[in-house]
Amino acid sequence: MNALLAIMQRDLLMVMRRKSEVLTALFFFVIVSSLFPLGIGPEPALLRKIAPGVLWVGALLATMLGLQRMFAADYADGTLEQMAISPTPLVVLVLGKVAAHWLVSGLPLVLIAPVLGIQFDLDASALGVLVLALLLGTPLLSLIGAIGAALTLGVRGGGVLLSLLVLPLYVPALIFGAGAVESHVSGLGAGGHLSLLAALLTLALFFAPWAATAALRIALE
Amino acid sequence: MLSAHGLTCVRGDRRLFAQLDLSVDAGEWLHVRGENGAGKTSLLRLLAGLSQPAEGEIRWCGQSIRDSDSPYRQNLLYFGHHGALKEDLTAMENLGFSAAMDGIAYRDGEALAALYKFGLKGREELPVRVLSAGQKRRVMLARLAIRKAKLWVLDEPFTALDVKAVDLLANLISDHVAGGGMAVLTSHQTMPIPGGRVIQL
Repeated sequence: MNALLAIMQRDLLMVMRRKSEVLTALFFFVIVSSLFPLGIGPEPALLRKIAPGVLWVGALLATMLGLQRMFAADYADGTLEQMAISPTPLVVLVLGKVAAHWLVSGLPLVLIAPVLGIQFDLDASALGVLVLALLLGTPLLSLIGAIGAALTLGVRGGGVLLSLLVLPLYVPALIFGAGAVESHVSGLGAGGHLSLLAALLTLALFFAPWAATAALRIALE
Repeated sequence: MLSAHGLTCVRGDRRLFAQLDLSVDAGEWLHVRGENGAGKTSLLRLLAGLSQPAEGEIRWCGQSIRDSDSPYRQNLLYFGHHGALKEDLTAMENLGFSAAMDGIAYRDGEALAALYKFGLKGREELPVRVLSAGQKRRVMLARLAIRKAKLWVLDEPFTALDVKAVDLLANLISDHVAGGGMAVLTSHQTMPIPGGRVIQL
């Protein structure tokens, strides 16, 4: 447990020393989701309809930005080797790194999403559902992304490969996440979609760290 | 304590070494020698458990190091070619986080003492990025003093060190070995540390 907190603290400290990483993902999200209202023009009905999908796709792509760096620096400077042979199980350290990644590139998106939602003329309760869906969905994105990041570690041109590998796996999160807001707006209630999202998150929380750990061990061989 | 039986290492389609036996007991150290590309680093990575041998087995106290309940990792300290240092963090933070991740209780005083010992007084709060290659190496070696591991597996530990630091490290290794520790290291120099055996690849 201490080791898990220590690795989170270390990764967050390094991000604080180099703030550009958080800010790029955040600004990317802001700009991409602001382009749509600007491009489509003042048509509130249409904007309300596309809002959940656009915001979710924006969040998806924004979390992708930092993914490749999740293990790359540790791999390059030998820290990953030390983690692999440390008395602390590697899977615990991987979970710590995923948690740090979410805090850096997932949580800020959740916090800024309601502000961006206003551009799409979403009402307060729909914004609430959006935040809730993102709160459940973004950790899922980090967890799935960790598997992709570990699998493409040390591969030349891994960035493109990573997108090809991870984006299809993001589809369920996108469908249920955007679906939650849509069904809330249409009066069906978001409960079902949110429960499915929570179930996916629980599942990923159990399996993704193990899968990422196995992939890291292969990369280190 | 540490023993390897019939180790075979294959890299690509090249066989680096085959049927290698070795053992290190408390109070002994092993000097792995060989030409560039002979497989010294590969052997050390096998011993550290970072890669798996094509054939053969490595045992710690009679138990395979691959067993999940093996106490091997608690007793092992491995240094590879890379420093495992974070450039943006200070020397103190680097030592602190690596100890915490290894699950080792440690006090700031210990880390400071270790850094002073390696001549890094006044540089403990600088980001590692601004230190010289030799100083980075010294920060890394300071872990030897903090992490109380029985077995040291060191890959070219003398690289980039000045004469004084080489002496310091050689003394540290001989004290460790004299105190019942074990070490396996690669180096192209001959070393004045008693109790050593040479293994030629």
